[in-house]
Amino acid sequence: MDVSFAITGKGYVILAADTTAAHSIIKVKLDEDKIKELSPHLLMAYSGEPGDTVQFAEYVERNIRLYQIRNLYPLRPSSAASWIRRSLADSLRSRKPYSVNLLLGGYDTTTHTPHLYWMDYLGTLVDVPFAAHGYGSYFALSLLDRYHDPEAPLEEGLAVLKRCIDEVTKRLVVAQPKYKVKVVDKDGVREVEL
Amino acid sequence: MSIMQYNGGSVIAMVGKDCVAIASDLRLGVQSLSISANYQKIFPITDRIYVGLPGLGTDVTTLHEQFRYRVNMYTIKEEREIEPQTFAQLVSSTLYERRFGPYFIEPVVAGMQKLPTGGFAPFIAATDLIGCLNFAKDFVVAGTASEKLFGVAEGLWEPDLEAEDLFETISQTLLNAVDRDAFSGWGAVVHVITKDKVVTRTLKGRMD
Repeated sequence: MDVSFAITGKGYVILAADTTAAHSIIKVKLDEDKIKELSPHLLMAYSGEPGDTVQFAEYVERNIRLYQIRNLYPLRPSSAASWIRRSLADSLRSRKPYSVNLLLGGYDTTTHTPHLYWMDYLGTLVDVPFAAHGYGSYFALSLLDRYHDPEAPLEEGLAVLKRCIDEVTKRLVVAQPKYKVKVVDKDGVREVEL
Repeated sequence: MSIMQYNGGSVIAMVGKDCVAIASDLRLGVQSLSISANYQKIFPITDRIYVGLPGLGTDVTTLHEQFRYRVNMYTIKEEREIEPQTFAQLVSSTLYERRFGPYFIEPVVAGMQKLPTGGFAPFIAATDLIGCLNFAKDFVVAGTASEKLFGVAEGLWEPDLEAEDLFETISQTLLNAVDRDAFSGWGAVVHVITKDKVVTRTLKGRMD
């Protein structure tokens, strides 16, 4: 029942994920952070099978960190996306695959461009201007087809994100009440309040 | 629904007079939900060879990386570029290696083959997901719209088309075929390969 969205704009990527941790029909936690800060300019929202998600996200987080320690520089968003995709693709054809869907948002400090990648548990990697996972995607993608502007400043981007969240809250039966929103731009990653 | 139809997408290649063309749609979806309208599934291998990889999205990337690695190793060992014929065999053996747990991709190869005389001849080939090669003299198709592509191509293609006419033929074939397929479409890309250059054009398509 996880819901996550992401949109790119002029020099930034916004990621949003609900904060509910559920065990079947029971909500057990209402302030779970499902967006990891992988490096100074890289964010990853994860959803999917409980257990797999945190396990895989921490595995990725530690390896991205290890690369940065070894090489002094962090991986660029496209390279990090390729590495994570390869991990999932190899896992898919193993005895027990990870069942984790990801949104990867990053700011490339060498080309000064924001990047957003949509990735599913199969290892399908797509470079997109906006993306969503979970039931929220059925509402958010059509809204974003209409309202997304790649040149919009941050305030407008957050306003469009708000419309997506409001629509999901209004129309989805299993809607989540709270969302955590994080932004990555030239200044790095930070959390914002909607 | 079959895993081959999960992400959608189609590729076609055609032979012309001293040229070949390869084209694909740009959609990537999850069943009927479209995720991207700019998903490239045709990749350059050398200046004269292109490969189209319709099928499961994860295997599109995995196989592209695998082919890039193997072609690079070939280039280093042989100290020359790979020829289309040889590359088609490489594609076939790469897929057959996974005979009992295949990559869910049906590759299409298009390129200009160097002849012993010094000239170039158009070359196209396609394989199924376990690497059974099909060398055709006219056109090859693959992907979720393959049945429709066969029908339209059978009606529109004729021998010895010049590069510009071949572009028109392959474009009309692809656009009209994918409009009848729910899992392909959302724009298209066409590469026309001649012995000394490649012309790439992006086409607008119906977005429904």
